[in-house]
Amino acid sequence: MTTTLDTPGTARVYHLPEEHEHAEGSSTSLGFWLYLMSDCLIFAMLFGAYGVLGGNYAAGPSPKDLFDLPLVAVNTSMLLLSSITYGFAMLAMQKKLKGATLAWLAITGLFGLAFLSIEIYEFSHMIHEGATPQRSAFLSAFFTLVGTHGLHVTFGTLWLVTLMVQVGRFGLIAANRRRLMCLSMFWHFLDVIWIGVFTIVYLMGMLR
Amino acid sequence: MFDNPAVLKAIFGRLTLDQLPLHEPIVVATFLVVALGGIAVVGAITYFRLWGYLWREWFTSVDHKKIGIMYMALATIMLLRGFADAIMMRLQQSLAFNGSEGYLNAHHYDQIFTAHGVIMIFFVAMPFVTGLMNYVVPLQIGARDVSFPFLNNFSFWMTAGGVVLVMMSLFIGEFAQTGWLAYPPLSGIAYSPNSGVDYYIWALQIAGVGTTLSGINLIATIVKMRAPGMTLMRMPVFTWTSLCTNVLIVAAFPVLTAVLVLLSLDRYVGTNFFTNDFGGSPMMYVNFIWIWGHPEVYILILPVFGVFSEVTSTFAGKRLFGYTSMVYATVVITVLSYLVWLHHFFTMGSGASVNSFFGITTMIISIPTGAKMFNWLFTMYRGRIRFELPMMWTIAFMLTFVIGGMTGVLLAVPPADFILHNSLFLIAHFHNVIIGGVVFGIFAGINFWFPKAFGFKLDDFWGKVSFWFWVIGFYVAFMPLYALGLMGVTRRLRVFEDPSLQIWFVIAAFGAFLILLGIVAFLVQIAVSIRNREKLRDTTGDPWNARTLEWATSSPPPAYNFAFTPVVHDLDAWWDMKENGYKRPLEGFKPIHMPSNTGTGVIIAVLSVATGFGLVWYMWWLAALGFVGILAVAIAHTFNYHRSFNIPAEEVARTEAARTRLLAGQA
Repeated sequence: MTTTLDTPGTARVYHLPEEHEHAEGSSTSLGFWLYLMSDCLIFAMLFGAYGVLGGNYAAGPSPKDLFDLPLVAVNTSMLLLSSITYGFAMLAMQKKLKGATLAWLAITGLFGLAFLSIEIYEFSHMIHEGATPQRSAFLSAFFTLVGTHGLHVTFGTLWLVTLMVQVGRFGLIAANRRRLMCLSMFWHFLDVIWIGVFTIVYLMGMLR
Repeated sequence: MFDNPAVLKAIFGRLTLDQLPLHEPIVVATFLVVALGGIAVVGAITYFRLWGYLWREWFTSVDHKKIGIMYMALATIMLLRGFADAIMMRLQQSLAFNGSEGYLNAHHYDQIFTAHGVIMIFFVAMPFVTGLMNYVVPLQIGARDVSFPFLNNFSFWMTAGGVVLVMMSLFIGEFAQTGWLAYPPLSGIAYSPNSGVDYYIWALQIAGVGTTLSGINLIATIVKMRAPGMTLMRMPVFTWTSLCTNVLIVAAFPVLTAVLVLLSLDRYVGTNFFTNDFGGSPMMYVNFIWIWGHPEVYILILPVFGVFSEVTSTFAGKRLFGYTSMVYATVVITVLSYLVWLHHFFTMGSGASVNSFFGITTMIISIPTGAKMFNWLFTMYRGRIRFELPMMWTIAFMLTFVIGGMTGVLLAVPPADFILHNSLFLIAHFHNVIIGGVVFGIFAGINFWFPKAFGFKLDDFWGKVSFWFWVIGFYVAFMPLYALGLMGVTRRLRVFEDPSLQIWFVIAAFGAFLILLGIVAFLVQIAVSIRNREKLRDTTGDPWNARTLEWATSSPPPAYNFAFTPVVHDLDAWWDMKENGYKRPLEGFKPIHMPSNTGTGVIIAVLSVATGFGLVWYMWWLAALGFVGILAVAIAHTFNYHRSFNIPAEEVARTEAARTRLLAGQA
């Protein structure tokens, strides 16, 4: 940039004659990435708490007594599939296909709901067996980490529905494309967090 | 129906009439003063019909300059509250000897030292530095506003929402009695069953949302919105330190959010994160909160390092010595601030190796800080120093901060810390760096940028009165605490056995009284300056013959900051423009695209306070209603796609012509 501005031999120009536009939303991606990283840090603390307290069963149930790995595997596939279908929604968006975008978003939302339903079933089953968040520090950390992820998926789904209404009403305008892109990053981010949860909580929990 | 306790409980939760502190005459008197003051202010605003003006021009404004000023006003008001707590403590400790209990009971005294710390850090120092950054950074980088103007307004109101909850705790219920970081198990439900810790949690959570978002906003602004030609190494130092500060905010405040969530789960749900039984670990809380808490210290001090850099080079009339090393020193401090948190609890018992690691990293931080000190000294060396108020504050800072820094290095030695941990020596140390660093820097910044923000300088005489009372008051108030700390007196004590200690506490109380005069003189300074504003008027836009872009525009700047986007060729862009005979453009104005005002930020903040209040008092219906309200308003806001407007070219031309006349008038 400096080379074009400071050509030797010419007087320095100190202002732009034309209005210098920062295109609307040009900071949005960066801002949203920063938000995601701050959210990531919240998860880092919850993982940290789980790492410290994960072995403190207080004579209560341990992961081996509680986790149903096949169920968690199904759940994981629900979330991973939802990420793929969100990807298809973004591809449809790039091609400016409103109907296809909405359809793929709807499918993504259904996968999200399936994930949440299975998680709620898992939680209620554990609580029913007496493995409540109050039972031990391990269970406190478990429910908080996995529950916070679930809460994020819940709000993501709410956001998804809002965006579907907005795309339906106003079309794939620039603002909506930008929002779809943000939700896309959010949704994939939750996937990445889940990979961490699946590995550290469930798989490594079974090895403990 | 209201005789039925179950109905009452459903409506008011655990809030009952005896939660009102009617048995505390001091609180009742405070309430009367605050209530009368509040009624007077509300009455005056109504009488002068200012509500519409305030709502349209200020509360809903997305202009970074107005938001910055609102942050500063909020911080000034809270400084009075935080200082009232301070002087009450000093008075109590100077009286409670020879069998006297002083005038504060334990319940009240413990709330006061907690509230003092919380308010001074979160609601005085934070809004002061955020306000300065908000006001100055977009101007320094030649931008029209921040990246996300609505978010900026929302952030401010969330901070204000936190303030409202803290102030409510004074009159409805109680505040935490745990110390400012609310360590468990004391802050757990078993030992703090009342509303105090819950007020603490929700006030900080609500304000924390604002702080994190404002951090994201300013990073994006600095990265994305710089004027053409302003490379990273041409950014003014204040912008650099602001960038590092906001990186720290985004990388630290989520930690606080997370740890407070865990604490609230322990309190509300009965989980066992920080309990003593069922496998919980109270020390995990202490680790977690200091992983936020130590970067927080640098969040406060880095921006004022930037202020001192701008002030020193301006008033020495020289380019800053060692700009590059200054930038690197700032970045190094940013990184190192994450590697020292354990020095806050060497006595935890983590062993010699861990303590040595954290002791050494702590000592290393003094190297970049020392480099900065030398840079300021060498900037002054052979400069033509003008001893205006900002420069006086800077020199007071350099002398005072070095003492605080040295006692800090002393505390960084783990064996010494075992003796000094939690003693008044520590209290003296961190007040030494926070008052001698952050507060002096804020006053330097206020005196420096006030003419930019309001178009007239601050009164010199009252400024000097305030300066001398503050600086002398600081030394009188805190040097005795160093001595007491070395004698082994611990912090947060309410009564004393040993009468020989009393004289030190009396001296410290006298110092606090001097600081009180300093604060009063500061308020008088503002009032006198407003009265004499015509005499103090700055028509040039550049009253200090300064160096950076904010001085290139008028004082106060127009809503759009710069009629044309400036182009930067050098560090100290405005100095470069002046050196090269820059002529202000007088025609060819174009319409300017600006963001529109919105009331959404205020509304969501009000709903957040309602939610927080509901959670504090177990009024579940209010909490649920507030939360659903927040979601509904936020979603409704996203349906508004028209968030900007154009300032017509004629209006720009009119504003700029007025400035041309003003500049001609002073020539």
